[in-house]
Amino acid sequence: MGKKTMVSFALNGSEVDVVVEPRELLIHTLREKCLHTGPHIGCETSHCGACTVDFNGMSVKSCTLLTVQAEGADVKTVEGLAQGGELHALQEGFMQEHGLQCGFCTPGMLMRAYRLLQENPDPTEAEIRYWMAGNLCRCTGYQNIVKAVQYAARKLRGAAVESSHPLLEADAAHAH
Amino acid sequence: MGNLDTNLDRLAALEGMGCSRKRREDPRFIQGKGTYVDDIRMPGMLFGVMVRSPYAHARVKRIDKSRALAHPGVHAVLTADDLKPLKLHWMPTLAGDVQAVLADEKVCFQNQEVAFVVADDRYVAADAAELVEVEYEELPVLIDPFAALAADAPVIREDIRDKETGAHGARRHPNHIFTWTMGDKDKTDRMFESADVTVRQDMSYPRVHPCPLETCGCVASFDKVRGDLTVYITSQAPHVVRTVVGLLSSIPESKIRIISPDIGGGFGNKVGVYPGYVTSIVASIVLGRPVKWIESRNENLSTTAFARDYHMTGELAADKDGRIKALRVNVVADHGAFDACADPTKWPAGMFHVCTGSYAIPNAFVSVDGVYTNKFPGGVAYRCSFRVTEAVYLIERMVDVLAQKLGIDKAEIRLRNFIHKEQFPYTTPLGLEYDSGDYEPALRKVLAAVGYDALRAEQAQRRADPEAEWLMGIGVVNFTEIVGAGPSKMCDILGVGMFDSCEIRVHPDGSAIARMGTITQGQGHQTTYAQIIASEAGIPASQITVEEGDTSTAPYGLGTYGSRSTPVAGAAVARASRKIREKARKIAAHLLEASPDDVEFDLDRFVLKGAPDQFKSVKEVAWAAYNNVPEGLEMGLEAVDYYDPPNFTFPFGAYVCVLDVNRYTGEIRVRRFYALDDCGTRINPMIIEGQIHGGLTEGFAVALGQELPYDESGNLLGATLLDYFVPTAVETPHWETDFTVTPSPHHPIGAKGVAESPHVGSIPCFTSAVVDAFAHLGVTHMNMPHNAYRVWQQCRALGLTRPA
Repeated sequence: MGKKTMVSFALNGSEVDVVVEPRELLIHTLREKCLHTGPHIGCETSHCGACTVDFNGMSVKSCTLLTVQAEGADVKTVEGLAQGGELHALQEGFMQEHGLQCGFCTPGMLMRAYRLLQENPDPTEAEIRYWMAGNLCRCTGYQNIVKAVQYAARKLRGAAVESSHPLLEADAAHAH
Repeated sequence: MGNLDTNLDRLAALEGMGCSRKRREDPRFIQGKGTYVDDIRMPGMLFGVMVRSPYAHARVKRIDKSRALAHPGVHAVLTADDLKPLKLHWMPTLAGDVQAVLADEKVCFQNQEVAFVVADDRYVAADAAELVEVEYEELPVLIDPFAALAADAPVIREDIRDKETGAHGARRHPNHIFTWTMGDKDKTDRMFESADVTVRQDMSYPRVHPCPLETCGCVASFDKVRGDLTVYITSQAPHVVRTVVGLLSSIPESKIRIISPDIGGGFGNKVGVYPGYVTSIVASIVLGRPVKWIESRNENLSTTAFARDYHMTGELAADKDGRIKALRVNVVADHGAFDACADPTKWPAGMFHVCTGSYAIPNAFVSVDGVYTNKFPGGVAYRCSFRVTEAVYLIERMVDVLAQKLGIDKAEIRLRNFIHKEQFPYTTPLGLEYDSGDYEPALRKVLAAVGYDALRAEQAQRRADPEAEWLMGIGVVNFTEIVGAGPSKMCDILGVGMFDSCEIRVHPDGSAIARMGTITQGQGHQTTYAQIIASEAGIPASQITVEEGDTSTAPYGLGTYGSRSTPVAGAAVARASRKIREKARKIAAHLLEASPDDVEFDLDRFVLKGAPDQFKSVKEVAWAAYNNVPEGLEMGLEAVDYYDPPNFTFPFGAYVCVLDVNRYTGEIRVRRFYALDDCGTRINPMIIEGQIHGGLTEGFAVALGQELPYDESGNLLGATLLDYFVPTAVETPHWETDFTVTPSPHHPIGAKGVAESPHVGSIPCFTSAVVDAFAHLGVTHMNMPHNAYRVWQQCRALGLTRPA
C-alpha cells in the first residue's frame, strides 16, 4: 500500500481535493470519492470506454489513468454536460434518436461524442463510427447512436432539428 | 365522436399504443443519474472479492486464510467450511441440480469460487485475496462433451456420483445429466426409411457469453436490529430471488427485500443466483454490515451463465420436390460442471422442440443428452428464449442443406414448406400450438425489398468468374419464435407458475402509479407499459409512473427473460387497465346519472351514448372515485391482475443477409442485412427497432467472432475483451428493418414478444450467407464463429487461397 497523496483537480468546473493512494484509478476516485457515478466500469482491459471522461480536452478512459496523474487537470464528466439547466445537444440527440437503452454505456458515449464534435463538427457516418470505436454498447447496435451524434452535430451547427415530442406512427392504426 | 382533429389531439396527448413515444428512462441516464448496483453506498459498507480456482479440475487439499485475515482492513474470509453449518456451501439451481457456492472438496471449473474475502474497500479486498493460500491436487480434465460418457471419463460430480436419477429422469453415467426426448420416434424413423431424399448434417453452436456491459453484482445488507435483509442486485427475477433466499436462509419473505435497481443490460446473464450473491448475503449476516460484491469482466465472462454449447445432428426426410416429411435431431448439450441452466422446471432443453420451425413438417423426433464437463455453468442466456436460438439454427441450417442437395432455391424451398395462414392455430408434431402467422407474404416482402433475383443473378456471374477475389453469399432465414413463458400447467420456475402481474393505482388527480412483476434491463418498460395503460384506461402516459424491481412494492412476478414481458406482464397491464376502466365507467355513469350500459369509453373519457357532449373525463372520474362513488362500489380506483397465459406467443421474421468473402484473407464484409419482424400489435415502433438493432448486432457478433474455447487442460481462452469479440460501431453493419402485423389472437392487445427474435433469427442468417458463398463448391455447413481465420481455412481447404 502506497503513501496517500492529496490531488487537486477541476471537476465539471469546481475544484476538488481528494486523498488517494498512488495506485487509485481515476474512475474509482470519480465514482467513490467525488460521488460522480455517471461514468461506469465495463471491463478491466481498457476496451469498453464506459468510463470515458473529458480530461484536459481529450477523451480519456478513466479506468486507465491514475488519480495522481490528474493533479491540476480539467476533468469533465457526464454530470457536467448540461449547462444552466439546459441539456447539451448530444443529450437531446440521444433521447430524440433512441440512442440508449440500458444507459450503461451512455455517459461514456456522450463524453466521447462531446469531444468528437469539437474536433470534427461535421462528421460523416463513417467518421462517427470510427471516432466512437473506443466505446462499446451492448444494447443499441450503434445505429441510433450514430443518428444521435448526427442530430447533435446539426443542432450545434445551428441547423433545424426536430424537437422532442411524441410522434404518432402510421402503424398506430394497427393497435386500435 | 367529436371532430377528427380534436380526437387526434386527444389521441396524441395519451401517447398510447402504437406511437414512438420517447423514453421516460432517458433523462436520468443521459445525465449520469441512473442508479446501478455499484452506485449504491450504504453506511459501513464493506467490499467482497472472490478467490478463484486456477485449475479446471482439482482437489482442494488445504486453504490457509491466516495471512489474508491478518491483513489490515480485512473483516472476514469465508470458505466452504464456514458455509457448511448453514448448509450453504451448495445452492439449488433453476435446473434442479446444485451448484457449489464455495468449493468444498474439489473444484470443477477454472475460476470457480473458492473463498470470499471481505475488506474495507475493493483495493484492500483484492490485496487480501492474493494472500489466501490454496493447495490443489490436479485431476484429469474433461472438456470434450462427446467424451463425457466414455467408461473411463473423469468423474466430475462426485457429490452425485451414484445418483441414478437426476432432476430430469434417469442418469446412465456419472457425467450424464439427463436425456430428454420429444415426438414420435417410430413414426419419424419410418418416414426416413421411405423418403425420396434424406439429408444429415452435424453442427455445433459454440459456447458464447451474453457479456452485459454492466457485470453482475450486489449489495447485501442484513439489519441485525430489525432482523431483515435488503439486497440490491443485478437480477432479472428479483421476486424469485426473494423466494429462493427465503428458502435458503429461513428468513421469512416478508423480511427480505430484493431490489433490482437500474440494470446495465441483462441479456439472460442475470437470471440465476450466483455464488457471489450468496456469499455477500452470508457475510452481511455474519458481520452485520452491508457487503458489496462487483465482479470483473473476466469473472463475468468465465463464471456466469454462458449461452449455447449445443452439438447437434439434424436430419430431414423429404420428397423430391423438397416437401419435408420428417425431422430427426440429436443433441449433445454441454452444461458445464453444474446444471444451472435457466429453464422452466419441466423443460431441461428449454423450448428446443420449436425446432420444426415455420414449416408444416408432419413428423419429428428430438433427443437431447445433457452432460457435465469441467466448464462453468449456464446454457440458457443471451436472447435464446430457452434454446430457441439453437432450435432455429438447426432447422434453418437443415432446410438450406436440403435445398442444396435438391438444387432448389433456398427461398423457394421455404415457400413450399411454410405453414399457411389458415392453418393457425397450428399444432406441431412436437406438441406446440403456434398462435398465428403469415409467413409467405413476409418472406416475399423481404425478397422483393432486397431484389433477391437480381442478387442471385449477380452471384451466378461472380461464381462464373474464376478470378473473382470476393465470393458472394446470400443468407435466407424464416424463423418462428416461441416467447412468453408461460402457461402454469406447462411452465414453472422452481414450482412457481410462470404468470406475471401488474398493479395500477389511480390517484385523486388522475395520475397513476403502476408496478409490474417484470424488470427492465433497458428494454423500455417504464415507457411502454405506460402506453398500454394510456390506451386501455385513458390516462395520459405522461401521468403514469411505472416501477419494477422492488419486491416490497411491486406485485410478484417471474421477471424479464425469454421475451416474456409483453406477452405475460403486458397482458396483465392491459387486463388491470380494463378493470380500472370498468370501475371508472360505473363511476362515470353515476356522475352522469345514467345506467353504466349507456356509457362508453372513448380515448380519455366516458361518454353518454348518443350524446357526445355529455361526458366525464377519466381525470374527473378519478377525483370522484375518492369522494363520490355509486352505492355498493368501493372507494378508490386501482386494480391488480395476475395473468396466467393460455399459450406462448409465436412471433416470426424473415431475414436476408448479403455478404462478400475474401478468398485470400477470409475477411467477411456484410453488404446488406434486411430484417422483417412480425410481433403482432406494435406498442412502440421506436423501441422495437432499437431492440432489433441490438439483437442483430449480437447475432453478428456470435456468428462472426464470439467464442469461449477451452484448451485440453481446461484453461478458458479469451475470456476478456482482449479476445472476446464485442463489435464496435465500425464493425457493426447498417441494419434495415421492416415489419408486418399478425396479432396474437389470445393476447389481450394482440402483442407478441420480440426482443430475442433478432438474435435468434440473425445468427443462422449469417451462417446461411457464409456457407452460401461456398455452396457452389459443395460446402453444406461451416461451424461458427465465421472469423477470418476460420473462413480462410475453408478457403484454403478448397484451394481458393492460391492466386490463380
